Amino acid sequence: MEDEEGVVKKFLYLNRKAPYGSIYALESLEVVLIGAAFEQDVSLAFIDDGVYQLKKGQQTSVSTGIGVKDFSKTYRALEGYDVEKLYVDKKSLEERGLSTNDLLVDVEVLDDAQMAELMEQQDVVLSF
Amino acid sequence: MNRYQLSINAPVVLTQTGASITVIIHFSFFKGEVHTMKFAVLVNEGPYQHQASDSAYQFTRAALEKGHEIFRVFFYHDGVNNASRLTVPPQDDRHIVNRWSELAKQHNLDLVVCIAAAQRRGMLDENEAKRHGKDANNIAEGFRISGLGQLIEAGIQSERLVVFGD
Repeated sequence: MEDEEGVVKKFLYLNRKAPYGSIYALESLEVVLIGAAFEQDVSLAFIDDGVYQLKKGQQTSVSTGIGVKDFSKTYRALEGYDVEKLYVDKKSLEERGLSTNDLLVDVEVLDDAQMAELMEQQDVVLSF
Repeated sequence: MNRYQLSINAPVVLTQTGASITVIIHFSFFKGEVHTMKFAVLVNEGPYQHQASDSAYQFTRAALEKGHEIFRVFFYHDGVNNASRLTVPPQDDRHIVNRWSELAKQHNLDLVVCIAAAQRRGMLDENEAKRHGKDANNIAEGFRISGLGQLIEAGIQSERLVVFGD
């Protein structure tokens, strides 16, 4: 299978951290964008504090917030990169008092078993 | 396929030291057929700050010793700091950077530092330093700076991509 042109593997980006407390979310997004050029079968999953990455109404500018670039709009641009499979962990949303209405993009909500199944299906899991 | 054979490697050695007798028996297990695998490794944390960096090294070394192939080790996030030539740990501690450099030399390892992550953390090779008008560079021997595409390629080309992070 290796060394062949046109190999398509299933890549899952597992986003577990809040967007601005550390750089993981931003740099994960950078991998996703670069990776899109490789035309792999890409999925993104958001669990634990990672669900905050998709929260609407992020205000991070110097005047209104913490003085960090707001990169949340990039999630809405993912569609243009053919990255369309976005999954959110049900329990993580609920524990934080969030619903899909609070999120910037359309997602599929998965319970624990479904999330485990999603991971099981992957060839490569990049956990950030 | 995966039958294990038991063999006594060295003969039983008897050593007599004073009144006590030590018996050293070497046992070793090895497979009849060994399946080697092609791994890639992702290091997401900096040296000394986080155990991920040590674990990645131990894993890589162990895999190589067992005859497996390491397609590439990719350094991302604060993991790029594992490549700093200017690292000076206390003398009685392990030298994480030199350890990688030596392993790379021994096994012709491909150690790749993400350029985007490196630049924002002040990690530059000679070319990048020149390009950005900086007066120094700090990439250790055996490491090279390249793009994130190398991480994706590692995921595609290897049978397992093992992530070491927080």
